[in-house]
Amino acid sequence: MPEERKDAASILTKVNDYTWDIPMTYKPGMRVPGRIFVSSKLLESLEHDTLEQTANVATLPGIQKYAMAMPDAHSGYGFPIGGVAAFDRNTGIISPGGVGYDINCGVRIIRTNLTADEVRPRVKELIELLFHEIPSGVGSKSKIRASDAELTDAFLHGAKWAVESGYGVKEDIEHCEENGYMKIADPSKVSEKARNRGKPQFGTLGSGNHFLEVQYVDEVYDEEVAKVFGLHKGQVTVMVHCGSRGAGHQICDDYLKILDKATRKYGIVLPDRQLACAPAESPEGQNYFKAMAAGANYAWANRQVITHWVREAFSRFFRRDMDDLGMNLIYDVAHNVAKLEEHVIDGEKKMVYVHRKGATRAFPPGHPDVPAVFRNVGQPVLIPGSMGTPSFVLHGTQKAMELTFGSACHGSGRVSSRAAAKREFYGETIQKELAARGISVRATHPSIIAEEAPGVYKPSEEVVDVVHQLDIARKVVKLMPMGVAKG
Amino acid sequence: MQRERNEKKYEFLYHIADAKFRAYGSTMEEAFENAALAMFNVMVDTSGLEAKELRKIEITSPDIKMLLAEWLSELLYLFEVDGIVFCEFKIERIEKTGEGFSLTAEAWGEPIDLSRHRFDTQVKAVTLHELEVQQDDGGFWVQVVVDT
Repeated sequence: MPEERKDAASILTKVNDYTWDIPMTYKPGMRVPGRIFVSSKLLESLEHDTLEQTANVATLPGIQKYAMAMPDAHSGYGFPIGGVAAFDRNTGIISPGGVGYDINCGVRIIRTNLTADEVRPRVKELIELLFHEIPSGVGSKSKIRASDAELTDAFLHGAKWAVESGYGVKEDIEHCEENGYMKIADPSKVSEKARNRGKPQFGTLGSGNHFLEVQYVDEVYDEEVAKVFGLHKGQVTVMVHCGSRGAGHQICDDYLKILDKATRKYGIVLPDRQLACAPAESPEGQNYFKAMAAGANYAWANRQVITHWVREAFSRFFRRDMDDLGMNLIYDVAHNVAKLEEHVIDGEKKMVYVHRKGATRAFPPGHPDVPAVFRNVGQPVLIPGSMGTPSFVLHGTQKAMELTFGSACHGSGRVSSRAAAKREFYGETIQKELAARGISVRATHPSIIAEEAPGVYKPSEEVVDVVHQLDIARKVVKLMPMGVAKG
Repeated sequence: MQRERNEKKYEFLYHIADAKFRAYGSTMEEAFENAALAMFNVMVDTSGLEAKELRKIEITSPDIKMLLAEWLSELLYLFEVDGIVFCEFKIERIEKTGEGFSLTAEAWGEPIDLSRHRFDTQVKAVTLHELEVQQDDGGFWVQVVVDT
């Protein structure tokens, strides 16, 4: 490991305290430099593979400005996790490897009128209830039996379908990125296999780093913006983190094979087969984009259905009706997605396919895609911490449009593998330590807790501070966990 | 080295967020079978499982690495959709065909029973990243990174 660290520093050129470049001479075929946004402290834990994968992305046709890695970046497969890249609509590519298997894995935050003091004495029971009400973990079955027609509608209309089917209120839709569904989605581009995997998992959380968390506002950095978001100190919030389940995994898998062939057909040379891609506007590229959008919509519908069950559970638990609990959705963001967006590049407006793989869109005040209620302050940028560490709500800025194609980080980023975590940590011990700090954790069994132990992630404060210092998003509130339910 | 490896069906390698493994065999078929075993052991300890349910699998792929990825992907699909956790694999043969490579296989396992099977994190997918199918003096080895 120490050798790797030295290696990373010797490759990178420092631009400023939070910006480091991978020069184009680093790897043959790089069309643009790589750009890593980290503090010198985070640089110490940066893996060599993260640089390598960022440099690989820089070789893809039509890439604009830089292949970027956000402060929480770590190595993945194909793109690094925390990778952001934009490709020219006409000369560039689109790649499932730049989105990942869990299409539109994302987070949402629901506010409440409850205070931390009210909830704290009963949080263990509350988490137990949520754990039972929202299916999670490998092999868990949904409470919904979606018909074929419903599944198609979910692929088409995402959160909008869910709300119209009784899972939520109209306002929820306006508080989702893309209003809860990408209009380009085409369910006819989704395979039978993806449908078969998606159907029984509709309304399930999944496993791994997915979770449901009860939190409270611990610190307010910007009173004015917090007010616009409906947040204040001491208030309880709920965070939902999950994605498109087997439907998304299978869509990615199917199109990886199709684009693997297309890569050869269009004569694109790749340093990593996982970066399989096709010209953005080619039939292969567009078919993937339409199927990916259907997968993204499935994820928005999934989080919406779960939100409804969370509200029902709270209502029953606190014996208060949902309106009285004030459980409005603050916002919902996608972490793994490709979007056709307009950006100003070298002084010119351009349409580009922005790939965010483990990165959050962070649009500024005044942007037409920011919901009207937030138009004056910018998009809420939701950054979950790992289990037991704080999460943050930030707001978008103009600077992100200049520096990162309107993007920020998506979490705190792993520094240790799941296998190492299971060797190093004992699930029950972590659970007790967290309980002593007032954080109640409920999982299917202890090794799930060990895999996601707080110690396997970069400190969320450090990651968010880099984002804040770069001014690609500004801190609004800090949320501390009170209880976590996970698969 | 060679003897050591013959005793080992598979081993896990370091990957920060996902799972990476190498599987070995005296034949390519055996290496593919052991890769399937490794993948299921990312999720669950298969040693106590019984071979009660059978699924027959046929796959054709343009190249040998893709055949490996598609073999494992198919097992994941059956795991999720049919709810079977597999523990024994028998690949009849891997053949070169006009269009690439094909395999016919049997996969055995038992229906998922959450009261008995203790799952760790789920394997979401089989990636093409650092995918390898190799032959050397010791036989065959394959390498796979799965998304968890």
